[in-house]
Amino acid sequence: MSNSERRLEFRNYFQDNLGKRMVTDKIVKIIVISCVVIAIIPLGSILADVVRMGIEIISFEFLTALPGAAGSGDGGIANSIQGTFIMIGMTSVIGIPIGVLSGIYVSEYANSRVGKMIRFFNDVMMQFPSIVFGIFAFLFIVLVLGKFNLWAGAVALSLIMFPIIARTTEEALKLIPDTYREAGHALGLPKAVVTVKILLSAAKGGIITGIMLAVARIAGETAPLIMTILGSKGWFRGTETAMDALPLTIWRLSLLPYDEAVMFGWGAALVLITILLALNMSVRYLVLHRKGGSGSLGMFMRITGGKK
Amino acid sequence: MSRDLLAKKKNFHWDSIFKITATCAGAFVLLIMVLIFGQLLSDSWLIWEKEGLSFVTGDRWNPVEGREAFGALPYIAGTLVTSLIALCIAVPLSLGIAMFLSEIAPTRIREPISFIVELLAAVPSIIYGLWGLFTFRIVFKDWFESPTHEALGEHIFLFRDAPFGLDILTASVVLAIMIIPTISAVSREILLAVPAIQREAAYMLGATKWEVFRMSVLPYAKSGLIGASILGLGRAVGETMAVTMLIGNAVGPKAFPFGFFQQGNSLASIIANEFNEASPVSMYFPALIGLGLILLFVSLAVNVCAHLIIRRVTNAHEGGIKGF
Repeated sequence: MSNSERRLEFRNYFQDNLGKRMVTDKIVKIIVISCVVIAIIPLGSILADVVRMGIEIISFEFLTALPGAAGSGDGGIANSIQGTFIMIGMTSVIGIPIGVLSGIYVSEYANSRVGKMIRFFNDVMMQFPSIVFGIFAFLFIVLVLGKFNLWAGAVALSLIMFPIIARTTEEALKLIPDTYREAGHALGLPKAVVTVKILLSAAKGGIITGIMLAVARIAGETAPLIMTILGSKGWFRGTETAMDALPLTIWRLSLLPYDEAVMFGWGAALVLITILLALNMSVRYLVLHRKGGSGSLGMFMRITGGKK
Repeated sequence: MSRDLLAKKKNFHWDSIFKITATCAGAFVLLIMVLIFGQLLSDSWLIWEKEGLSFVTGDRWNPVEGREAFGALPYIAGTLVTSLIALCIAVPLSLGIAMFLSEIAPTRIREPISFIVELLAAVPSIIYGLWGLFTFRIVFKDWFESPTHEALGEHIFLFRDAPFGLDILTASVVLAIMIIPTISAVSREILLAVPAIQREAAYMLGATKWEVFRMSVLPYAKSGLIGASILGLGRAVGETMAVTMLIGNAVGPKAFPFGFFQQGNSLASIIANEFNEASPVSMYFPALIGLGLILLFVSLAVNVCAHLIIRRVTNAHEGGIKGF
């Protein structure tokens, strides 16, 4: 067989094979794209349903009035909205300082073995079932005080919140070059001052992002609230009493056999989703418009396990 | 001079206070974990004392005073079965999404789709539950469950029960929908972390995109992707609200998952459903706390596995191509 014949044969074979390989490639591409489509359909349907059903019920009265008799279709969910914001506030008061300080400790003070260990425990705790925190707060606070109250809810939620903030703070601090720290120490500043004045202000964007992601996460938690703040039909009457929050309202209404109640549930879901989306959009805006670009968004997603 | 020293001394004081505060905050996570375990164990002690190991292996559930019997097996099985079905549905789809986002999608649509996926990861489970209860359940029953039951119900015991909409399969599918964003977001990160040289070498040999992915990206990212899936499993195990609303909430021996269209219950959902009904002085209450303790251990085991795998992968990446 001459050299040119062999070359021709090889080329033919390669071209045939190439065709087959290209077909396989195309098939895989189609499968992958259909995966995306199959996943997008239910996810899109959720958002579409919440908006479609919620928009029908939402009115000025719905957002500002107390709930009427169950299933009557009167009144609104104002107390739940109030409760959600109060829960966010109280949880932040407990969760943010602990989370930020814990992140500072792991990044600035701990030696690598202790730091790794605490980081690991923060990671594990972040994935605990939220209902367990609810049980814990019930046993630890509700049973001791003898009544359902807002602080129990805030404690349960802050236990979900602080590992997220600790991890994001730690990662944000790690992104700051060591020259910043060295410059501070060269000025003779004590470590606390270097950390608070230089590092925290340099890592501000990242830390705020972490906090907002954590807030978005706890704002939608339902299970711990069933056991801690129980739910009520009135306005806020002090931290020692039961209170309502949006996720709790949705749950309670969805179990009622009246169409009007269910519609209220959809309305509450729309309000809740709007709050969460607003938080997430602002996180995105913050991350995109601060120094360092969007590269670090992935980092936060990774830390929170894509959970936010 | 003396003023300087004084200032320094004062600063030193604050310095150590700050350090101690930060250390306490760092140790807080350990303290809380110990507290949670201790509290759950001490409050469920009664049930372990009374039922012993049969609390884990038993299947009866009767909170009526005088005839109390508590066994957690159907709910442990319910948790594991729903989570595993969800995982089987979610992992291939999530890998497809992750592959699309990291390999195939043009840069222009990569960002918006990643954004949507990450946004959906933030939708709370109660909303998935609401949607599942009022939209998905009906569609799913009419279009999938009833036809399958009619076609296969007589031959395969898994499809034997008449579908009602609130059953193990519905809960699992909604769980799958919930964990798809989580798994695909983490998988995408892992695929993007594969060094470009890996891909370039394969492209240079004339490989197609699929071949690059199969021969050069997948082996590198394999254990990371397994870790991502287990992370999704961890989320599914602890998921409460959506499952509670959709699984049908059966109790006792009939809650043991024998078929897709059967009403079941999971550890988290039975706690959420019955917690406020239980009186803290009865046997019922320690039994529910005991379920919480079991749930904690199951989720702890799953998540520690996931983290160890993911950490091994990231460590390997840091040191170059040590993973091979």
